Amino acid sequence: MKAKGKVFKYGDNVDTDVIIPARYLNTSDPKELALHCMEDIDKDFVKNVKEGDIIVAGRNFGCGSSREHAPISIKASGISCVIASTFARIFYRNAINIGLPILECEAAVEGIEAGDEVEVDFDTGIIRNVTKGSTFKAQAFPEFMKKIMAADGLLNYLKSKATDDL
Amino acid sequence: MGMTMSQKILAAHAGLEKVEPGQLIEAKLDLVLGNDITTPVAVKEFEKTGFTKVFDKSKVAIVPDHFTPNKDIKAAEQCKMIRCFARQMDIENYFEIGEMGIEHCLIPEKGLAVPGDLIIGADSHTCTYGALGAFSTGIGSTDMAAGMATGKCWFKVPSAIKFVLKGKPKGWVSGKDIILHIIGMIGVDGALYKSMEFVGDGVKNLTMDDRFTMANMAIEAGAKNGIFIVDDITLDYVKKHSTKPFTVYEPDPDAVYDEVYEIDLGEIRPTVAFPHLPDNTKTIDEVGEVEIDQVVIGSCTNGRMEDLRAAARILKGNKVKKGVRVIVFPGTQNIYLEALKEGLIQDMVEAGAVVSTPTCGPCLGGHMGILAKGERAISTTNRNFVGRMGHPESEVYLASPAVAAASAITGKITDPDTILKRD
Ligand code: SF4
Repeated sequence: MKAKGKVFKYGDNVDTDVIIPARYLNTSDPKELALHCMEDIDKDFVKNVKEGDIIVAGRNFGCGSSREHAPISIKASGISCVIASTFARIFYRNAINIGLPILECEAAVEGIEAGDEVEVDFDTGIIRNVTKGSTFKAQAFPEFMKKIMAADGLLNYLKSKATDDL
Repeated sequence: MGMTMSQKILAAHAGLEKVEPGQLIEAKLDLVLGNDITTPVAVKEFEKTGFTKVFDKSKVAIVPDHFTPNKDIKAAEQCKMIRCFARQMDIENYFEIGEMGIEHCLIPEKGLAVPGDLIIGADSHTCTYGALGAFSTGIGSTDMAAGMATGKCWFKVPSAIKFVLKGKPKGWVSGKDIILHIIGMIGVDGALYKSMEFVGDGVKNLTMDDRFTMANMAIEAGAKNGIFIVDDITLDYVKKHSTKPFTVYEPDPDAVYDEVYEIDLGEIRPTVAFPHLPDNTKTIDEVGEVEIDQVVIGSCTNGRMEDLRAAARILKGNKVKKGVRVIVFPGTQNIYLEALKEGLIQDMVEAGAVVSTPTCGPCLGGHMGILAKGERAISTTNRNFVGRMGHPESEVYLASPAVAAASAITGKITDPDTILKRD
Protein backbone atom coordinates (compact mmCIF):
# COMPACT_ATOMS: atom_id res chain seq x y z
CA MET A 1 0.00 0.00 0.00
CA LYS A 2 1.38 3.39 -1.02
CA ALA A 3 0.40 7.04 -0.74
CA LYS A 4 1.68 10.03 -2.67
CA GLY A 5 0.76 13.68 -2.40
CA LYS A 6 1.51 17.25 -1.48
CA VAL A 7 2.26 18.11 2.13
CA PHE A 8 0.32 20.32 4.54
CA LYS A 9 2.58 21.05 7.49
CA TYR A 10 1.61 21.99 11.05
CA GLY A 11 3.39 22.40 14.41
CA ASP A 12 3.20 20.63 17.79
CA ASN A 13 0.03 19.81 19.76
CA VAL A 14 -2.50 20.07 16.92
CA ASP A 15 -5.60 19.31 19.00
CA THR A 16 -8.92 17.71 18.09
CA ASP A 17 -10.73 21.01 18.65
CA VAL A 18 -8.88 22.61 15.74
CA ILE A 19 -9.05 19.45 13.60
CA ILE A 20 -12.84 19.48 13.91
CA PRO A 21 -14.41 22.10 16.21
CA ALA A 22 -17.13 20.86 18.57
CA ARG A 23 -19.66 23.21 17.00
CA TYR A 24 -19.82 20.80 14.04
CA LEU A 25 -20.18 17.62 16.09
CA ASN A 26 -23.95 17.60 15.83
CA THR A 27 -23.43 15.39 12.80
CA SER A 28 -21.40 12.25 12.22
CA ASP A 29 -21.58 12.38 8.41
CA PRO A 30 -17.96 12.15 7.15
CA LYS A 31 -18.63 14.40 4.13
CA GLU A 32 -20.14 17.13 6.27
CA LEU A 33 -17.32 16.87 8.80
CA ALA A 34 -14.73 17.10 6.01
CA LEU A 35 -16.09 20.53 5.07
CA HIS A 36 -14.77 21.92 8.37
CA CYS A 37 -11.57 19.92 8.75
CA MET A 38 -8.67 22.01 10.21
CA GLU A 39 -10.91 25.08 10.04
CA ASP A 40 -9.65 26.82 13.20
CA ILE A 41 -5.97 26.35 12.41
CA ASP A 42 -5.93 26.63 8.60
CA LYS A 43 -8.98 28.16 6.94
CA ASP A 44 -7.69 27.34 3.45
CA PHE A 45 -7.05 23.64 4.10
CA VAL A 46 -10.44 22.49 2.84
CA LYS A 47 -10.11 24.64 -0.29
CA ASN A 48 -6.62 23.43 -1.15
CA VAL A 49 -6.54 19.76 -0.13
CA LYS A 50 -6.57 17.17 -2.91
CA GLU A 51 -7.17 13.43 -2.83
CA GLY A 52 -3.96 11.73 -1.71
CA ASP A 53 -2.37 14.70 0.05
CA ILE A 54 -0.42 14.20 3.26
CA ILE A 55 -0.39 15.97 6.64
CA VAL A 56 2.95 16.32 8.41
CA ALA A 57 3.02 17.68 11.97
CA GLY A 58 5.11 17.84 15.14
CA ARG A 59 4.58 16.31 18.56
CA ASN A 60 1.34 15.11 20.16
CA PHE A 61 -0.84 15.34 17.03
CA GLY A 62 -4.53 14.86 17.81
CA CYS A 63 -4.36 15.67 21.51
CA GLY A 64 -7.57 16.44 23.33
CA SER A 65 -10.92 14.80 22.92
CA SER A 66 -11.75 11.24 21.93
CA ARG A 67 -13.91 12.38 19.02
CA GLU A 68 -13.39 9.91 16.18
CA HIS A 69 -14.82 12.72 14.07
CA ALA A 70 -11.23 14.07 13.97
CA PRO A 71 -9.57 11.22 12.01
CA ILE A 72 -12.85 10.69 10.12
CA SER A 73 -12.85 14.30 8.88
CA ILE A 74 -9.18 14.04 7.89
CA LYS A 75 -9.77 10.79 6.01
CA ALA A 76 -12.90 12.12 4.32
CA SER A 77 -11.10 15.28 3.22
CA GLY A 78 -8.89 13.11 1.03
CA ILE A 79 -5.74 12.95 3.17
CA SER A 80 -3.98 9.64 2.54
CA CYS A 81 -1.60 9.65 5.49
CA VAL A 82 -0.58 11.65 8.58
CA ILE A 83 3.08 11.73 9.57
CA ALA A 84 3.96 13.21 12.98
CA SER A 85 6.75 13.11 15.55
CA THR A 86 4.27 11.62 18.03
CA PHE A 87 0.51 11.14 18.19
CA ALA A 88 -1.82 11.57 21.17
CA ARG A 89 -2.86 8.06 22.12
CA ILE A 90 -6.62 8.20 21.58
CA PHE A 91 -6.11 9.74 18.14
CA TYR A 92 -3.59 7.00 17.38
CA ARG A 93 -6.04 4.18 18.19
CA ASN A 94 -8.92 5.93 16.46
CA ALA A 95 -6.91 6.39 13.26
CA ILE A 96 -5.95 2.73 13.20
CA ASN A 97 -9.45 1.61 14.08
CA ILE A 98 -10.99 3.54 11.17
CA GLY A 99 -8.15 2.72 8.76
CA LEU A 100 -6.46 6.13 8.42
CA PRO A 101 -2.74 5.41 7.92
CA ILE A 102 -0.49 7.26 10.37
CA LEU A 103 3.26 7.11 10.86
CA GLU A 104 5.55 8.36 13.61
CA CYS A 105 8.88 9.65 12.28
CA GLU A 106 10.68 12.60 13.84
CA ALA A 107 13.36 12.77 11.12
CA ALA A 108 10.77 12.92 8.34
CA VAL A 109 8.98 15.75 10.12
CA GLU A 110 12.23 17.70 10.25
CA GLY A 111 13.09 16.93 6.63
CA ILE A 112 9.74 17.77 5.02
CA GLU A 113 8.33 21.22 4.32
CA ALA A 114 4.87 22.43 3.38
CA GLY A 115 4.24 21.90 -0.32
CA ASP A 116 6.81 19.10 -0.73
CA GLU A 117 5.78 16.08 -2.75
CA VAL A 118 6.03 12.99 -0.53
CA GLU A 119 5.64 9.27 -1.16
CA VAL A 120 4.95 6.74 1.60
CA ASP A 121 5.24 2.96 1.44
CA PHE A 122 3.25 1.51 4.33
CA ASP A 123 4.63 -2.01 3.94
CA THR A 124 8.22 -0.92 4.43
CA GLY A 125 7.67 2.31 6.43
CA ILE A 126 9.81 4.20 3.89
CA ILE A 127 8.94 7.89 3.49
CA ARG A 128 10.45 9.58 0.40
CA ASN A 129 10.57 13.34 -0.04
CA VAL A 130 10.33 13.47 -3.84
CA THR A 131 10.89 17.24 -3.97
CA LYS A 132 14.09 17.16 -1.93
CA GLY A 133 15.28 13.68 -2.87
CA SER A 134 15.63 12.46 0.73
CA THR A 135 14.28 9.28 2.39
CA PHE A 136 13.33 8.39 5.95
CA LYS A 137 12.31 5.19 7.70
CA ALA A 138 9.34 5.10 10.06
CA GLN A 139 8.59 2.34 12.57
CA ALA A 140 6.55 -0.40 10.93
CA PHE A 141 3.22 -1.30 12.57
CA PRO A 142 2.98 -4.36 14.81
CA GLU A 143 1.34 -7.33 13.04
CA PHE A 144 -1.89 -6.97 15.00
CA MET A 145 -2.39 -3.38 13.83
CA LYS A 146 -1.46 -4.26 10.25
CA LYS A 147 -4.31 -6.77 10.28
CA ILE A 148 -6.77 -4.15 11.47
CA MET A 149 -5.62 -1.75 8.74
CA ALA A 150 -5.77 -4.47 6.09
CA ALA A 151 -9.36 -5.25 7.07
CA ASP A 152 -10.11 -1.49 6.75
CA GLY A 153 -10.88 -1.01 10.40
CA LEU A 154 -11.34 -2.79 13.72
CA LEU A 155 -14.94 -3.86 13.31
CA ASN A 156 -14.38 -5.53 9.96
CA TYR A 157 -11.40 -7.25 11.50
CA LEU A 158 -13.49 -8.48 14.44
CA LYS A 159 -16.23 -9.59 12.11
CA SER A 160 -13.77 -11.62 10.09
CA LYS A 161 -12.71 -13.46 13.24
CA ALA A 162 -14.97 -15.65 15.31
CA THR A 163 -16.01 -13.40 18.18
CA ASP A 164 -15.19 -15.97 20.84
CA ASP A 165 -11.57 -16.56 19.88
CA LEU A 166 -10.85 -12.87 20.45
CA MET B 1 10.29 -6.89 38.04
CA GLY B 2 7.02 -5.87 39.71
CA MET B 3 3.96 -4.31 38.15
CA THR B 4 2.37 -0.90 38.55
CA MET B 5 -1.24 -0.60 39.72
CA SER B 6 -2.40 -0.08 36.16
CA GLN B 7 -0.45 -3.06 34.86
CA LYS B 8 -1.91 -5.30 37.57
CA ILE B 9 -5.47 -4.37 36.64
CA LEU B 10 -4.76 -4.95 32.94
CA ALA B 11 -3.11 -8.30 33.63
CA ALA B 12 -6.02 -9.47 35.76
CA HIS B 13 -8.54 -8.56 33.05
CA ALA B 14 -6.47 -10.19 30.32
CA GLY B 15 -6.24 -13.40 32.37
CA LEU B 16 -2.46 -13.11 32.54
CA GLU B 17 -0.08 -13.56 35.47
CA LYS B 18 2.07 -10.74 34.26
CA VAL B 19 2.22 -8.02 31.63
CA GLU B 20 5.02 -5.76 30.48
CA PRO B 21 5.07 -2.26 29.07
CA GLY B 22 4.56 -2.27 25.30
CA GLN B 23 2.81 -5.67 25.29
CA LEU B 24 -0.38 -5.85 23.23
CA ILE B 25 -3.20 -7.55 25.11
CA GLU B 26 -6.91 -8.12 24.84
CA ALA B 27 -8.77 -7.59 28.10
CA LYS B 28 -12.29 -8.01 29.46
CA LEU B 29 -14.21 -4.84 30.21
CA ASP B 30 -16.31 -3.99 33.27
CA LEU B 31 -17.97 -0.98 31.67
CA VAL B 32 -18.27 0.57 28.21
CA LEU B 33 -19.39 4.22 28.13
CA GLY B 34 -20.49 6.68 25.46
CA ASN B 35 -22.13 10.09 25.11
CA ASP B 36 -24.40 11.82 22.60
CA ILE B 37 -21.50 12.81 20.31
CA THR B 38 -19.53 9.58 20.24
CA THR B 39 -22.31 6.99 20.59
CA PRO B 40 -24.06 7.77 17.27
CA VAL B 41 -20.82 6.97 15.40
CA ALA B 42 -20.43 3.79 17.45
CA VAL B 43 -24.02 2.71 16.82
CA LYS B 44 -23.62 3.18 13.06
CA GLU B 45 -20.48 1.04 13.08
CA PHE B 46 -22.08 -1.53 15.39
CA GLU B 47 -25.08 -1.92 13.10
CA LYS B 48 -23.14 -1.71 9.84
CA THR B 49 -20.96 -4.60 10.96
CA GLY B 50 -24.07 -6.64 11.70
CA PHE B 51 -23.94 -6.96 15.47
CA THR B 52 -27.41 -7.32 16.98
CA LYS B 53 -26.86 -7.31 20.72
CA VAL B 54 -24.52 -5.89 23.31
CA PHE B 55 -22.29 -8.23 25.32
CA ASP B 56 -23.94 -7.34 28.64
CA LYS B 57 -26.75 -4.83 28.99
CA SER B 58 -25.74 -3.97 32.55
CA LYS B 59 -22.18 -3.09 31.50
CA VAL B 60 -22.91 -0.46 28.88
CA ALA B 61 -23.66 3.13 29.91
CA ILE B 62 -24.91 5.87 27.61
CA VAL B 63 -25.17 9.46 28.81
CA PRO B 64 -26.48 12.22 26.54
CA ASP B 65 -24.68 15.18 28.12
CA HIS B 66 -22.87 17.21 25.47
CA PHE B 67 -25.54 18.95 23.39
CA THR B 68 -28.38 18.34 25.83
CA PRO B 69 -31.06 19.42 26.53
CA ASN B 70 -30.90 19.25 22.73
CA LYS B 71 -29.45 22.47 21.41
CA ASP B 72 -30.71 22.10 17.82
CA ILE B 73 -32.45 19.72 15.45
CA LYS B 74 -29.30 17.84 14.51
CA ALA B 75 -28.44 17.29 18.19
CA ALA B 76 -32.01 16.14 18.79
CA GLU B 77 -31.66 13.58 15.98
CA GLN B 78 -28.41 12.28 17.44
CA CYS B 79 -30.00 11.91 20.87
CA LYS B 80 -33.05 10.20 19.40
CA MET B 81 -30.84 7.69 17.67
CA ILE B 82 -29.01 6.68 20.84
CA ARG B 83 -32.22 6.65 22.86
CA CYS B 84 -33.72 4.18 20.37
CA PHE B 85 -30.56 2.09 20.42
CA ALA B 86 -30.58 2.01 24.22
CA ARG B 87 -34.20 0.88 24.21
CA GLN B 88 -33.65 -1.72 21.52
CA MET B 89 -30.61 -3.17 23.31
CA ASP B 90 -32.36 -2.88 26.68
CA ILE B 91 -29.37 -0.97 28.07
CA GLU B 92 -29.85 -0.57 31.81
CA ASN B 93 -27.64 2.46 32.26
CA TYR B 94 -29.08 4.91 29.78
CA PHE B 95 -29.71 8.20 31.54
CA GLU B 96 -32.35 10.51 30.12
CA ILE B 97 -32.61 14.25 30.82
CA GLY B 98 -33.91 14.56 34.35
CA GLU B 99 -31.74 11.78 35.67
CA MET B 100 -28.58 12.40 33.71
CA GLY B 101 -25.57 14.51 34.46
CA ILE B 102 -22.14 15.07 33.01
CA GLU B 103 -21.01 11.51 32.45
CA HIS B 104 -17.86 11.63 34.58
CA CYS B 105 -19.72 13.07 37.54
CA LEU B 106 -22.62 10.68 37.04
CA ILE B 107 -20.87 7.30 36.61
CA PRO B 108 -19.10 7.31 40.01
CA GLU B 109 -22.21 8.76 41.70
CA LYS B 110 -24.30 5.89 40.30
CA GLY B 111 -21.76 3.41 41.63
CA LEU B 112 -20.87 2.15 38.15
CA ALA B 113 -17.12 2.56 38.67
CA VAL B 114 -15.36 0.81 41.56
CA PRO B 115 -11.75 0.01 42.49
CA GLY B 116 -10.03 -2.50 40.22
CA ASP B 117 -12.48 -2.05 37.34
CA LEU B 118 -11.35 -1.90 33.72
CA ILE B 119 -13.42 0.77 32.00
CA ILE B 120 -13.35 2.29 28.53
CA GLY B 121 -15.39 5.29 27.47
CA ALA B 122 -15.79 7.08 24.18
CA ASP B 123 -14.88 10.32 25.89
CA SER B 124 -11.35 11.34 26.69
CA HIS B 125 -12.10 12.25 30.30
CA THR B 126 -13.11 8.67 31.11
CA CYS B 127 -9.77 8.66 32.95
CA THR B 128 -11.67 10.37 35.82
CA TYR B 129 -12.56 7.03 37.49
CA GLY B 130 -8.89 6.40 38.20
CA ALA B 131 -9.65 8.46 41.31
CA LEU B 132 -11.36 5.31 42.61
CA GLY B 133 -8.43 3.02 41.84
CA ALA B 134 -9.90 1.76 38.56
CA PHE B 135 -8.08 1.52 35.24
CA SER B 136 -10.18 3.78 33.12
CA THR B 137 -9.35 5.30 29.77
CA GLY B 138 -10.80 7.20 26.85
CA ILE B 139 -11.18 5.53 23.48
CA GLY B 140 -13.02 6.38 20.26
CA SER B 141 -16.35 5.34 18.81
CA THR B 142 -15.06 2.29 16.95
CA ASP B 143 -13.53 0.93 20.15
CA MET B 144 -16.83 1.64 21.88
CA ALA B 145 -18.69 -0.33 19.21
CA ALA B 146 -16.26 -3.23 19.48
CA GLY B 147 -16.44 -3.06 23.28
CA MET B 148 -20.25 -3.13 23.26
CA ALA B 149 -20.23 -6.09 20.90
CA THR B 150 -17.52 -8.23 22.45
CA GLY B 151 -16.93 -6.93 25.99
CA LYS B 152 -13.26 -6.72 25.15
CA CYS B 153 -10.73 -4.17 24.00
CA TRP B 154 -7.12 -4.19 22.78
CA PHE B 155 -4.56 -2.34 24.87
CA LYS B 156 -0.89 -1.61 24.67
CA VAL B 157 0.32 -2.02 28.25
CA PRO B 158 1.56 1.39 29.42
CA SER B 159 4.63 2.23 31.46
CA ALA B 160 4.05 4.72 34.24
CA ILE B 161 5.15 7.88 35.98
CA LYS B 162 4.86 7.89 39.76
CA PHE B 163 3.80 11.00 41.65
CA VAL B 164 4.54 10.74 45.35
CA LEU B 165 2.31 13.29 47.05
CA LYS B 166 3.34 14.69 50.42
CA GLY B 167 1.96 17.21 52.87
CA LYS B 168 -1.32 19.06 52.82
CA PRO B 169 -2.69 21.71 50.44
CA LYS B 170 -2.97 25.17 52.03
CA GLY B 171 -5.76 27.74 51.91
CA TRP B 172 -7.84 27.61 48.73
CA VAL B 173 -5.52 25.19 46.96
CA SER B 174 -7.51 22.24 45.57
CA GLY B 175 -7.07 19.24 43.28
CA LYS B 176 -7.37 21.57 40.29
CA ASP B 177 -4.34 23.62 41.33
CA ILE B 178 -2.33 20.47 41.97
CA ILE B 179 -3.06 18.91 38.59
CA LEU B 180 -2.49 22.21 36.74
CA HIS B 181 0.82 22.49 38.57
CA ILE B 182 1.76 18.95 37.51
CA ILE B 183 0.75 19.48 33.87
CA GLY B 184 2.70 22.74 33.85
CA MET B 185 5.69 20.80 35.13
CA ILE B 186 5.64 17.81 32.74
CA GLY B 187 3.87 19.34 29.70
CA VAL B 188 0.84 18.39 27.62
CA ASP B 189 2.66 15.33 26.28
CA GLY B 190 4.67 14.71 29.46
CA ALA B 191 2.86 11.43 30.14
CA LEU B 192 2.09 10.42 26.54
CA TYR B 193 0.97 6.75 26.34
CA LYS B 194 1.73 6.37 30.06
CA SER B 195 -0.11 5.92 33.34
CA MET B 196 0.10 8.60 35.99
CA GLU B 197 0.04 6.90 39.38
CA PHE B 198 -0.66 9.03 42.43
CA VAL B 199 0.63 7.58 45.70
CA GLY B 200 2.10 8.76 48.99
CA ASP B 201 1.03 10.15 52.34
CA GLY B 202 -0.38 13.31 50.85
CA VAL B 203 -3.20 11.38 49.15
CA LYS B 204 -5.07 11.14 52.45
CA ASN B 205 -5.24 14.95 52.52
CA LEU B 206 -7.17 14.98 49.26
CA THR B 207 -10.94 14.57 49.19
CA MET B 208 -12.62 12.34 46.61
CA ASP B 209 -13.63 15.45 44.69
CA ASP B 210 -9.99 16.60 44.58
CA ARG B 211 -8.98 13.18 43.27
CA PHE B 212 -11.69 13.12 40.59
CA THR B 213 -10.46 16.51 39.35
CA MET B 214 -6.87 15.31 39.20
CA ALA B 215 -7.53 11.96 37.52
CA ASN B 216 -9.86 13.77 35.12
CA MET B 217 -7.04 15.92 33.76
CA ALA B 218 -4.48 13.11 33.31
CA ILE B 219 -5.43 13.19 29.63
CA GLU B 220 -4.29 16.83 29.50
CA ALA B 221 -0.77 15.52 30.13
CA GLY B 222 -1.27 12.98 27.32
CA ALA B 223 -1.65 10.08 29.77
CA LYS B 224 -3.49 6.87 29.04
CA ASN B 225 -4.88 6.89 32.56
CA GLY B 226 -4.45 8.51 35.93
CA ILE B 227 -4.90 6.34 39.00
CA PHE B 228 -4.90 6.83 42.79
CA ILE B 229 -4.08 4.32 45.47
CA VAL B 230 -7.17 3.19 47.36
CA ASP B 231 -7.58 4.31 50.98
CA ASP B 232 -10.35 4.73 53.56
CA ILE B 233 -11.66 7.83 51.81
CA THR B 234 -12.09 5.81 48.60
CA LEU B 235 -13.70 2.88 50.39
CA ASP B 236 -16.07 5.20 52.20
CA TYR B 237 -17.15 6.70 48.85
CA VAL B 238 -17.60 3.28 47.27
CA LYS B 239 -19.66 2.03 50.21
CA LYS B 240 -21.99 5.03 49.89
CA HIS B 241 -22.47 4.74 46.15
CA SER B 242 -22.08 1.17 44.98
CA THR B 243 -23.03 -2.41 45.62
CA LYS B 244 -20.73 -3.75 42.89
CA PRO B 245 -18.00 -6.16 44.03
CA PHE B 246 -14.53 -4.67 43.76
CA THR B 247 -10.84 -5.48 44.09
CA VAL B 248 -8.21 -3.23 45.59
CA TYR B 249 -4.87 -3.30 43.75
CA GLU B 250 -1.62 -1.85 44.99
CA PRO B 251 1.51 -1.22 42.99
CA ASP B 252 4.23 -3.82 43.65
CA PRO B 253 7.03 -2.47 45.87
CA ASP B 254 9.47 -3.24 43.04
CA ALA B 255 7.27 -1.85 40.26
CA VAL B 256 9.32 -0.01 37.64
CA TYR B 257 8.49 3.60 36.81
CA ASP B 258 9.85 5.73 33.96
CA GLU B 259 10.06 8.68 36.30
CA VAL B 260 9.26 9.51 39.92
CA TYR B 261 8.25 12.98 41.11
CA GLU B 262 7.87 14.02 44.74
CA ILE B 263 5.34 16.76 45.21
CA ASP B 264 4.87 18.74 48.41
CA LEU B 265 1.21 19.73 48.33
CA GLY B 266 1.86 22.43 50.93
CA GLU B 267 3.99 24.36 48.46
CA ILE B 268 1.47 24.53 45.64
CA ARG B 269 -0.15 27.91 44.98
CA PRO B 270 -3.45 28.56 43.21
CA THR B 271 -2.55 27.94 39.57
CA VAL B 272 -3.96 29.20 36.27
CA ALA B 273 -3.37 27.82 32.75
CA PHE B 274 -3.14 30.60 30.16
CA PRO B 275 -4.24 30.15 26.54
CA HIS B 276 -3.92 27.98 24.52
CA LEU B 277 -2.56 24.89 26.28
CA PRO B 278 -3.18 23.44 29.74
CA ASP B 279 0.58 23.35 30.42
CA ASN B 280 0.92 27.10 29.99
CA THR B 281 0.60 27.64 33.73
CA LYS B 282 1.36 30.49 36.11
CA THR B 283 0.77 30.73 39.85
CA ILE B 284 -1.78 33.29 41.00
CA ASP B 285 1.14 35.46 42.13
CA GLU B 286 2.44 35.67 38.54
CA VAL B 287 -0.75 36.26 36.56
CA GLY B 288 -0.71 40.08 36.46
CA GLU B 289 -3.76 42.01 35.22
CA VAL B 290 -6.03 39.79 33.15
CA GLU B 291 -9.54 41.15 32.65
CA ILE B 292 -12.31 38.68 31.89
CA ASP B 293 -15.75 38.72 30.26
CA GLN B 294 -17.10 35.37 31.39
CA VAL B 295 -16.71 32.93 34.27
CA VAL B 296 -17.64 29.28 33.93
CA ILE B 297 -17.90 27.10 37.02
CA GLY B 298 -18.68 23.42 36.56
CA SER B 299 -17.89 20.55 34.13
CA CYS B 300 -16.63 17.01 34.64
CA THR B 301 -13.51 18.57 36.14
CA ASN B 302 -15.07 20.88 38.72
CA GLY B 303 -18.82 20.40 38.83
CA ARG B 304 -19.00 18.51 42.13
CA MET B 305 -20.21 19.52 45.60
CA GLU B 306 -16.92 20.79 46.93
CA ASP B 307 -16.40 22.87 43.83
CA LEU B 308 -19.78 24.52 44.24
CA ARG B 309 -19.17 24.97 47.96
CA ALA B 310 -15.89 26.77 47.33
CA ALA B 311 -17.44 29.02 44.68
CA ALA B 312 -20.53 29.79 46.75
CA ARG B 313 -18.48 30.57 49.85
CA ILE B 314 -16.59 33.23 47.92
CA LEU B 315 -19.60 34.61 46.05
CA LYS B 316 -21.90 34.73 49.08
CA GLY B 317 -22.70 38.29 50.07
CA ASN B 318 -20.70 39.66 47.14
CA LYS B 319 -21.78 40.85 43.70
CA VAL B 320 -20.52 39.74 40.34
CA LYS B 321 -18.67 42.63 38.68
CA LYS B 322 -20.92 44.56 36.29
CA GLY B 323 -20.38 43.44 32.72
CA VAL B 324 -19.11 39.98 33.71
CA ARG B 325 -21.24 36.89 32.99
CA VAL B 326 -21.07 33.98 35.42
CA ILE B 327 -22.42 30.57 34.42
CA VAL B 328 -22.54 27.74 36.93
CA PHE B 329 -23.33 24.22 35.78
CA PRO B 330 -23.53 21.48 38.39
CA GLY B 331 -22.35 18.00 37.37
CA THR B 332 -25.49 15.98 38.07
CA GLN B 333 -29.10 16.31 39.17
CA ASN B 334 -28.11 15.07 42.63
CA ILE B 335 -25.37 17.64 42.96
CA TYR B 336 -27.83 20.30 41.80
CA LEU B 337 -30.33 19.20 44.42
CA GLU B 338 -27.80 19.02 47.21
CA ALA B 339 -26.50 22.47 46.30
CA LEU B 340 -30.07 23.74 46.44
CA LYS B 341 -30.60 22.22 49.89
CA GLU B 342 -27.35 23.68 51.19
CA GLY B 343 -28.34 27.12 49.92
CA LEU B 344 -25.38 27.33 47.55
CA ILE B 345 -27.52 27.96 44.49
CA GLN B 346 -29.25 30.82 46.25
CA ASP B 347 -25.92 32.36 47.29
CA MET B 348 -24.63 32.20 43.74
CA VAL B 349 -27.80 33.49 42.10
CA GLU B 350 -28.00 36.35 44.58
CA ALA B 351 -24.45 37.27 43.67
CA GLY B 352 -25.50 37.49 40.02
CA ALA B 353 -24.59 34.07 38.57
CA VAL B 354 -26.87 31.98 36.37
CA VAL B 355 -27.21 28.30 37.16
CA SER B 356 -27.70 25.81 34.34
CA THR B 357 -29.02 22.28 34.16
CA PRO B 358 -26.23 19.67 34.15
CA THR B 359 -24.72 19.68 30.63
CA CYS B 360 -21.34 19.92 28.94
CA GLY B 361 -22.65 23.10 27.28
CA PRO B 362 -20.05 25.86 27.44
CA CYS B 363 -17.10 23.56 28.25
CA LEU B 364 -16.71 22.49 24.63
CA GLY B 365 -18.19 25.58 23.01
CA GLY B 366 -21.36 23.58 22.46
CA HIS B 367 -24.12 25.87 23.73
CA MET B 368 -25.14 27.94 26.78
CA GLY B 369 -22.23 30.35 26.97
CA ILE B 370 -20.27 30.57 23.70
CA LEU B 371 -17.55 33.23 23.53
CA ALA B 372 -17.47 35.96 20.88
CA LYS B 373 -14.37 37.11 19.03
CA GLY B 374 -11.83 38.64 21.39
CA GLU B 375 -13.68 37.60 24.55
CA ARG B 376 -11.93 36.07 27.50
CA ALA B 377 -13.20 33.49 30.00
CA ILE B 378 -11.87 32.05 33.19
CA SER B 379 -13.17 28.53 33.44
CA THR B 380 -12.97 25.56 35.80
CA THR B 381 -13.04 23.22 32.80
CA ASN B 382 -10.04 21.31 31.44
CA ARG B 383 -9.13 22.61 27.98
CA ASN B 384 -8.13 26.03 26.74
CA PHE B 385 -7.36 25.13 23.12
CA VAL B 386 -7.93 27.59 20.28
CA GLY B 387 -11.69 27.94 19.78
CA ARG B 388 -12.55 25.53 22.60
CA MET B 389 -15.33 27.70 24.03
CA GLY B 390 -16.34 29.60 20.94
CA HIS B 391 -14.70 31.96 18.46
CA PRO B 392 -11.17 30.93 17.39
CA GLU B 393 -9.99 34.34 18.61
CA SER B 394 -11.49 34.00 22.10
CA GLU B 395 -9.39 33.00 25.10
CA VAL B 396 -9.86 30.51 27.94
CA TYR B 397 -7.95 30.56 31.24
CA LEU B 398 -8.24 27.41 33.34
CA ALA B 399 -8.47 27.64 37.13
CA SER B 400 -10.07 26.27 40.28
CA PRO B 401 -13.62 27.17 41.36
CA ALA B 402 -12.21 29.42 44.10
CA VAL B 403 -10.10 31.43 41.66
CA ALA B 404 -12.95 31.57 39.15
CA ALA B 405 -15.42 32.83 41.79
CA ALA B 406 -12.99 35.45 43.08
CA SER B 407 -12.39 36.63 39.52
CA ALA B 408 -16.15 36.96 39.00
CA ILE B 409 -16.27 39.57 41.73
CA THR B 410 -13.36 41.70 40.53
CA GLY B 411 -13.65 41.16 36.77
CA LYS B 412 -10.03 40.08 36.52
CA ILE B 413 -8.12 36.96 37.49
CA THR B 414 -7.91 37.17 41.27
CA ASP B 415 -6.38 35.37 44.24
CA PRO B 416 -9.34 34.09 46.31
CA ASP B 417 -7.48 35.06 49.49
CA THR B 418 -8.02 38.72 48.62
CA ILE B 419 -11.80 38.17 48.77
CA LEU B 420 -11.95 35.74 51.67
CA LYS B 421 -8.86 34.62 53.53
CA ARG B 422 -8.66 30.90 54.18
CA ASP B 423 -5.92 29.22 56.19
S1 SF4 C 1 -17.71 18.67 30.72
FE1 SF4 C 1 -16.35 19.22 29.03
S2 SF4 C 1 -14.56 17.91 29.21
FE2 SF4 C 1 -16.16 17.06 30.51
S3 SF4 C 1 -17.17 15.50 29.26
FE3 SF4 C 1 -18.28 17.42 28.98
S4 SF4 C 1 -17.34 18.42 27.20
FE4 SF4 C 1 -15.96 16.82 27.87
